[in-house]
Formats: sequence, structure tokens, C-alpha cells
Amino acid sequence: MVPLSYYLLLSGILFVCGVLGFLIKRNIITIFMSIELMLNGVNLSFVAFAAHWHALSGQVFVFFVMVVAAAEAAVGLAIIIAVYRTRETLNVDQVNLLKL
Amino acid sequence: MTPPTLSTLLWTVPVLPLAGAAINGFFGRKASKNAISAVSLVFCGAAFAMALLIAANFSSASAPYSFRLAHWIRAGAFSADFDFYLDQLSLVMMLVVTGVGFLIHVYSVGYMWDDDGYYRFMSYLNLFMFFMLTLVLAKNYLMMFIGWEGVGLASYLLIGYWFLKDSASSAGKKAFIVNRSGDFGFLIALFLMIKHFGSLDFPTLFAKIQPMSAETAGVGLLTSIGILLMVGAAGKSAQIPLYVWLPDAMEGPTPVSALIHAATMVTAGVYMVARSHAIFERAPTALTVVAIIGVLTALFSATIGIAQTDIKKVLAYSTVSQLGYMFLACGAGAFAAGIFHLMTHAFFKGLLFLAAGSVIHGIGGEQDMRKMGGLRSYMPWTFMTMGIATLAIAGIPPLAGFWSKDEILWKAFNASWVYWLIGVITAFITSFYMFRLMYMTFGGSEYRGAPPPNAHGHTSHDHGHGEPHESPWVMLGPLVVLAILSVIGGFVGLGNHFEHFLDPVFNPATAPALQEPVREAGDKVLEVALMGVSIAVALLGWIFAHLLYSSRPQLPARIAQSLGRFYQAVANKYYVDELYAILFVKPVVEGSTVILWQGMDQGVIDATVDNAADAARHVSDNVRHMQSGNLRSYAGWIAAGGALVIAYMIWMGVR
Repeated sequence: MVPLSYYLLLSGILFVCGVLGFLIKRNIITIFMSIELMLNGVNLSFVAFAAHWHALSGQVFVFFVMVVAAAEAAVGLAIIIAVYRTRETLNVDQVNLLKL
Repeated sequence: MTPPTLSTLLWTVPVLPLAGAAINGFFGRKASKNAISAVSLVFCGAAFAMALLIAANFSSASAPYSFRLAHWIRAGAFSADFDFYLDQLSLVMMLVVTGVGFLIHVYSVGYMWDDDGYYRFMSYLNLFMFFMLTLVLAKNYLMMFIGWEGVGLASYLLIGYWFLKDSASSAGKKAFIVNRSGDFGFLIALFLMIKHFGSLDFPTLFAKIQPMSAETAGVGLLTSIGILLMVGAAGKSAQIPLYVWLPDAMEGPTPVSALIHAATMVTAGVYMVARSHAIFERAPTALTVVAIIGVLTALFSATIGIAQTDIKKVLAYSTVSQLGYMFLACGAGAFAAGIFHLMTHAFFKGLLFLAAGSVIHGIGGEQDMRKMGGLRSYMPWTFMTMGIATLAIAGIPPLAGFWSKDEILWKAFNASWVYWLIGVITAFITSFYMFRLMYMTFGGSEYRGAPPPNAHGHTSHDHGHGEPHESPWVMLGPLVVLAILSVIGGFVGLGNHFEHFLDPVFNPATAPALQEPVREAGDKVLEVALMGVSIAVALLGWIFAHLLYSSRPQLPARIAQSLGRFYQAVANKYYVDELYAILFVKPVVEGSTVILWQGMDQGVIDATVDNAADAARHVSDNVRHMQSGNLRSYAGWIAAGGALVIAYMIWMGVR
């Protein structure tokens, strides 16, 4: 049996990778993928805890997260396409009109 | 018991004019002038008719009558209701107010016909009648106070009737503010009564005061109440030191001056003091204060009257002076004599003002007597009626003013010869300035003013060539009626009829402080001698005026020159207005400007609000740069925030 801390460590690494990618990358799609990475890092910790405590609620939460993520992906990709059509770029630093 | 008809009719007397005021006030703007006049005269006339009906059925045996219209204030043991009260005193007042008031309403129809705000004027006049009748018919001090304040309001509205004129609107404000200063004394007196006697109802209150003995030494409760009441009366009745508003009130239309500022409202103070006689009789010090204020005011304002050139100002100072006489009478304990003079004064002073209005009307709005003269041939009726009123006020027998003034002087002599002496001097001055007014206005052969403007409206009376003209009959009618009253009004005082009529109110048996000295045969001689003196000074005043203003018209200017500074002081009303401006007006204005406006309002309140807004703007000005539109910086902030929360949780050991 793999100890819980290994899963949590992996989950943390995944999450931090997501955060770093989110902060560093300029391409919207990459940023989007970083978000998915963070979600999956969290999912991993959920299932790890669920297995560890023999509680099903963690697994149920994972399903919820996956549903939300799927919905978010659909909306997000649609927005990205719309942005690309109008601005012909995916660089977030150039999509900065929404400000004072 | 009281017959039900009379008591129950009582409330209609004040309410009828109120209805007239409401109808004219709400619907008068679009109505024709005939309709407005009809409403105003019918309701005012109905009140007069009702007053006459009540007077006809009045019987001294069953007086006083009272009628409760509705409950008003009930608080524990204290109560004040809408109670009307009719005794001999309020009967006299009611008749004077409705009678003179109705005549002046009639006169106003002619005088104000061409004015744009005709409906407004008539409505205000009716409103005034309502409040004045409430004042005189009230059964408790609180209801009297409603009337008291109400007539002040009506007075303010009517003085400032031509509100586009700056002087008129500020005169209205001045009248109101000075009156409020007096009302403050009145109010405190009421509070004292509530605290110590628990009632403001005249019968209840006076029944509680009746057994008290006179406060001969020091200032006790009754003395304090008396003096505070006198402060209120001095405000309303224009006595020293609060008389300054009345001359300025002449900015109002002349019928207003006649009705409010001569015949009725300004006598409210005298009425109130007379009504409170039970208090004053037990407070000799307060009575002395009343007498001294009265006699000083009489003399002081009479001297100012000599040097005025505005016809209405002369009459205004004369009114102040005559009111001083009434207070002198009250102060000497002769309340009946004060009310007697109040009544005759209402006749002849109302007449004087109306006649002055007729003159002003006839020469196109001029009020300066130096620009009049020779008007006798142009307006004979005005001349005759005004002449009668002048004889009456000067105290020439057998006209009304002689009887009442002589009564006051006699009673004053019984109190102190000093009062009498000052009163006689005042009588001389009164006679002098009144005949001066007559000679300057009507005397001489030529008219000194500019021809009055032709476009005067009432074409039927216009001579068409710009000469002074006599007023229409709707104005002359009231003059004639008042002239008749000024002639015969004094005879009710013959054989002390009037005094005996009022005896149940001012019953001497209940007055311990001032027992009437028993008159002996020697006193009778003295009385006749004093009467002779007052007739002599009246004639002397006439002769002086004749000498100065008819025979040798160049003399007054030379006398004025020789008097120099003193004449200047008199002509400028002893600089009292200027003194008050420095003492009271300026500190208030400056204090308000520097402390309240610039210090408090701008310095504290505005500054707080402004600084709070400024600070919020500065902070948000800096913070708004966070919204750069740069997605990655937002992400950085979120991450930093998240990190901060986690760090906090770790730090605090949250599990």
C-alpha cells in the first residue's frame, strides 16, 4: 500500500505546476491547460483521502469537479475561439483592453 | 343657566371668517373680483351680524357664557380644550373687532381693487379676523396663544403683502421676529402657570389665584408671571423696548395698517393684560412695570411723531403712543379705562388710517406730507372725517377720545401725579402732531405734490386730468361710519356706564392690591380741574400747530435748525433702530456668519464630508491601477492572496 503522503505530495506537485504554468505562460490555451492541471491535482488528493478513509464522499466530489471542469472547458474553449477570431492572437498580454 | 342658543353660536363668530379665508385662498385665483369681494364681505359681515346677535341676547346676569367646541389637549390633570368664553370684556372686544374689521373689509374692496393679488389680500384679511376672534374669545391661555400667534402670522403676511418690494418683505420679517421675542416671555409665563396652578383655563386659574394675597415685597411668582406676560404684551402691542416693528409695518397696504396695526391686533396686548387682571392686581410691582412702560412709550413715541414726514409713520408713532396710554391705564389698575380707550382708539385711529389711505389713494401713492397740502378742496369727505378723528384723538370734547383719555389721566393721577403729568404732556404733543398732520395734508391753498398718474383704473371716478381726487364711496362709507362712532363712541363712558358694564370682569371687590380710593366732593372738583387741564393742552397743541404750520409755515424749519442735533435725533427716531442693529442684529448676523456658517457649517460639517470624499478618491485612485487588464497580473494577485490565506492558516495553526 502506497502511503497517503505520496499521493498528497504528487497532488501538491501537480497543483504547483498548474499554478506556475498559470502565472508564467502567455498562451491562453496553455493557461487553460494549467487550470485543468490544478483541478486534477485537487482531484487526486480527493480520491487519495477517499481511499484512505474509506469514505465515498471524496469520490463523489471528484465527479462533481470533473463535470464542472468539462462544462468549463466547453465554455472556455468557446471564449478562446471567440477571442482568437477578433484579436487573431492567443497571447494574454495583448488581450488587456478591460481596464480603467 | 345659559340659554343654549347664545353659547352654541359663539364658535361661529371666529369660524365664519376662516371659511371665507379658505374659500378665497383656495379658489380665489381664478375667481372674478366681484366674487372674491362677495365671499370676503359676506363671511366677515356674517361674523359681525352674529356678534351683534349675540350682543343683543347678552345679559350680564347670565354671563360669562362658555362653549366647548372640541377636546384638544388632555395630559393627566392638565387640560386645554377648544373652549370659547364670552364675558363683558370679550363681548366688547368681539364687537370692536368684527365691527371695525367689517368696515375695513368694505374699505379694502375699494382700496385694493386694482391690485393683482386681490384675492390673496382678502383671504389674509379674513384669516386675520379668524385668529383675532379666536384670541378674544378664547377660554384658556393656550387657545389665546393660538390666536396670538395667528394674528402675528397674518400681520407678517400682510406687512409683506407686496413681497417684491425689499423693504416690505424685510419689514414683515422684522415684525415677526420682534413679536417672537415678546412671545418668548408670554410662553414662559404660560409654563409658570401650568407648573404652579396646573391649568390655563381663565376661570379655574383665576379662582386659584383669587385667594392669594398681593405680593407687596420682592419678586414672587405672580410678579414674575405678570412681568413675563407684559414682555409678551410689549411685543404684540409695540411698547418699549419692542415697539420698533410697528413703524416699519407701515410698509403694508393702508387697510392693513388700519385694521391690524391700529385698531385690533396691536391692542391684543392690552386685552391680554386686562384679561390677566387677577394676576396683575396681586402683583403691584408688575403693575408698576406696566404703567412705567406705558407712560414712557406714550411720551417717547409721541415725540418721534412730531418730526416724521411720512403720513403713515406719524400715525404709527401715534398708535404706539396711544397704546402706551392703555398700558398706563392698566398699570394704574384701571383696566376698564384701558379697554375703554382701546375701543375709542379703534374707532378714531382706524378712521385716521383709512382717511390717510384715502389721501394716498387720491394722489397716486404719495405718502410724504411735504408733497401734499391743499387737499381740503379736492377731497372734502376725507378731510371732514379725518378732521373728526383728529379732534377725537387730540381729546377735544365731546368726541370719543376725550372721554377715554380723560378717564385714563384721572385714574393715572390717582396712582401717581407723575404719570398724570407725563400723560398730559403726551396729550399736548399728540394734539400738536395730529394738527400738524392735518395742516400739512389738507391746509394751505395749493397742492405741493406732482399730479397723480392718470391710469388709475377706476375710470368712473377719474377726473381725467391728473388732479388729486376723492375716493369712491365704497371707501368713504366706512370713513363716515367710523367718524360717527368717533363722535358718539365716548358717550358710553358717561356716568361710568362702560366701567360698570365691565365691573363683573374687573370686580373691584376681588382686587386687594388696589382699592379704589373713595372719592369725595373735593375729588370731584379736582377731577373737573384735571379735565380742564387736558382740554387746555389739547387746544394749546392745536394753536401751536396752527401757528407753526398754517400762519407761519417758515417757522418749523427755523426751529428745527435752532434745535440742531436734538432735532436730528428726533427725526431719526432717536437712532433706536441703529442701536438695536448694533446691539442685537449685528452680533447675530456676524456670529452666524463667522461661527455658524464659516466655522461650523463650512469648517466642521462640510469639511468632514469633503475630506471623507477626498480620502476615498485618493485611495481608490491608487488602488484602481491594480485593474490593469493584464490577465497574468490578476492571476498573480489571486495566487498571492491564496498564498497569504494559506500562510495565515499555517501560522494560526488552523486545522
